[in-house]
Amino acid sequence: MLTRRFFLGVGGSAVAALSMPAMAFAGAGTSRRFVFIIQRGAADGLSIVAPTGDPQHGGLREGFDADIAGGTKLGSYFTLHPALAEAGKMFVENQALFVHAVASPYRDRSHFDGQNVLETGGSAAYQVKDGWVNRLLGLLPKADSKALALSDTVPMALRGINEVGSYAPSNLAGPSDDLLQRVSAMYDPDAQLHSLWAEALATRMSAGDAQGGGRNGGAIGSVAAKLLSGESGARVAMIETNGWDTHSGQRARLAAQLRNLDGIVGGLKSGLGADWANTLVIVATEFGRTVRPNGTGGTDHGEASLAMLFGGAVAGGKVIADWPGLSTAALYEGRDLKPTTDLDSLIGGALAQHYRLEPARVMSALFPESRGRAFGQPVIA
Amino acid sequence: MLDAAIALNRFGLGARPSDPLPSDSKSWLIGQLSAFQPRPKALSMIPSRAEVVGQLAEYLAQARTDRQAKRSMEPASLATGASRQADKQPDPLRRYLRQSIRDDYLAMNSARLNSALTTDNPFAERLVHFWANHFAVSVDKLPVIGLAGLLEFEAIRPNLFGRFSDLLLAVEQHPAMLVYLDQAQSIGPNSEVGRFAAERGAKQRGLNENLAREIMELHTLGVRTGYSQTDVTEFARALTGWTVSGIARGPMARAVGGGEDGAFHFAEALHEPGSRTIMGKGYSQQGEAQARAILLDLAASPATARHISTKLARHFAGDDPPQVVVDGLSSAFLASRGDLRTVYRALINSPEAWAAKPLKFKTPWEWSVSALRAVGQTSIDPTVAAGMLKQLGQPTWQPGSPAGWDDIAASWAAPEALMRRVEIAQRLAAGAGSAIDARALAEKILPGSLGDSTRTAIARAESPQEGLAMLLVSPEFVRR
Repeated sequence: MLTRRFFLGVGGSAVAALSMPAMAFAGAGTSRRFVFIIQRGAADGLSIVAPTGDPQHGGLREGFDADIAGGTKLGSYFTLHPALAEAGKMFVENQALFVHAVASPYRDRSHFDGQNVLETGGSAAYQVKDGWVNRLLGLLPKADSKALALSDTVPMALRGINEVGSYAPSNLAGPSDDLLQRVSAMYDPDAQLHSLWAEALATRMSAGDAQGGGRNGGAIGSVAAKLLSGESGARVAMIETNGWDTHSGQRARLAAQLRNLDGIVGGLKSGLGADWANTLVIVATEFGRTVRPNGTGGTDHGEASLAMLFGGAVAGGKVIADWPGLSTAALYEGRDLKPTTDLDSLIGGALAQHYRLEPARVMSALFPESRGRAFGQPVIA
Repeated sequence: MLDAAIALNRFGLGARPSDPLPSDSKSWLIGQLSAFQPRPKALSMIPSRAEVVGQLAEYLAQARTDRQAKRSMEPASLATGASRQADKQPDPLRRYLRQSIRDDYLAMNSARLNSALTTDNPFAERLVHFWANHFAVSVDKLPVIGLAGLLEFEAIRPNLFGRFSDLLLAVEQHPAMLVYLDQAQSIGPNSEVGRFAAERGAKQRGLNENLAREIMELHTLGVRTGYSQTDVTEFARALTGWTVSGIARGPMARAVGGGEDGAFHFAEALHEPGSRTIMGKGYSQQGEAQARAILLDLAASPATARHISTKLARHFAGDDPPQVVVDGLSSAFLASRGDLRTVYRALINSPEAWAAKPLKFKTPWEWSVSALRAVGQTSIDPTVAAGMLKQLGQPTWQPGSPAGWDDIAASWAAPEALMRRVEIAQRLAAGAGSAIDARALAEKILPGSLGDSTRTAIARAESPQEGLAMLLVSPEFVRR
């Protein structure tokens, strides 16, 4: 008798899945893994993968993005931030792919609304009530659809009718540096709270609680990898990262953020071992940041940013960008990087390729409000 | 700051997103004086007094048996490190009983919290917490662990709106108070039991002044209000015989007698015979009636009126309350002969309690309750609740002294304490997920109170969770 597993083994190609979708649903799974990492706070894509080949770049960002000089060259036009050391190695091994000037359909500048669009897959905030990662589970064979959020609660992107677990490693929880900074700013006009808080922060610093990034990220990555391993492990996971809203002191803060992210991705790779070959990690943020630095060593809310794909399953080693340019005339509203690639299409296309699903089906399930087509270029090996 | 916001947050326990704004704040508060439920649904599942006292008696008896067994097995001179170690690890029955008692505490603490989260009469509920702290017991004494909650549920809640003297009497006759302040074991030197003990040369047991002193100093007159050490001792003599059924075991239990486990019991055999004189007044009553008569006089004293009024005023009108508020409450107290409803009404009608700026820094309990109400939580896991309050520095019913927790900002507004609030706020916000829009919630629960800098800070937060955490630790939210 022909077992389902065997059948899938034979027909595990895009063509078979296309012609026999029902068979793919009943299948025993593909051992493929998908991790979505959200960067909450609007990460500055221009500092992470810098368009060092753009003639305007030096004039706009020289000094401000001084760290980039020590980064990995991604071809002749782009340079990767040096804090992403593991990611740089993955690029060399064709396991990292960067897509620049991407944006969700959201064109305003509110974090809350922007994250809602990014997570629900709608085209406007609060229009869709469940998350696209949850809807993805409905498209996968049962064995591939076990999903987990690495947080106290299930984030919006994972909410919906399909069952999802959550796991929060308690020793990794705690207020982010970003929250502590914002509380400082909020307490500034309040004499009593301001002085109490200054003292509380000083104690915290001297106790060595403040994390430089990296270490914590690696631990999160390892925990995630453990939960994604083995026969009974999860196949789909979401990891939340906070603290990307760098209105001030961006150079140091972003470096710490990226060390943390690099730790997560590196921890996933080493922890997953052989399973890394079947893994796709997508990193995305709600929107980007202004091209010109502001007066406080930071950047303000912008439009297009960067999406990153990692994993053994990725056809990496390249940067994909329909580069809009950085001249004032080329900028969105004269201030932001112009979106030229649709993030929804990229995600839809990457997942269709990763799971060998019909792209149009994936698009309509994950991004029902989108009129765009799934990204056509090969991003999965 | 709107009157409605003051009613909800300063007088109440913090607005819930579902709460409508009271259209007439004063009537809303006054209405609660009759709508209050002494035993709401949230309190329906708490362990009974007989159950708690039964466990406690069993524990104490087992501990006594263990001690005796140990003593008979090895003379003190042979006691080794190993046997001391064994003593630190009580036998399984004691461990089990200790755990049961601890479970009772957890259940009662979360019942208290759930009641605070679900009540529609938050001002009345706040008054319960006020009195529980006024008549504080502390669970760092093992026998009090299971009883502390019952003092609040059985003695305070049903007497919240009666006369102060009824409240006072219910509290002083409750097993939690009798045990906590050592009254249950106090023996009149010339009582039947006292004389018997003296004949046998037993020196260690006799009169205990603890409850008598704290009633005068903390519960009624207030410290340094004119009573002397002789008055305390006389009152302690009058109180002998006030004890609890079912706690004593052995020959003592037979001498004392009593009814159902945990019930207040007047034991004639422990009572010091004769008349007493306190602050110049003679009390010739017999038995239980003697201390009762003294309590009634203490409850009616102008010093008591001033003491209670000062504490109430401090709780609502600021750490250093305006004298006019204290005087107003005091006259209401005396004119109504301690009718608490009249006193609360006078408080509600004090303009100084409605000052349109924050007057109080929330205690950890107040902050936790208001934060949970703000995020719409209606119940909480018992272990999580106890852990949270401990982490914030105010474990329920554990102030460590009969004086209760301080009610001034200086005791609570501290650097580390603020950091703990930020940590808990962050966890609560993570638990609420992105379902709550802190921008809208802030306007809803702090109507007319939100400053521009807080509003902007919340709106600029990088995620809904972060915005919510910031709302919960905002200057407007940590005060009331």
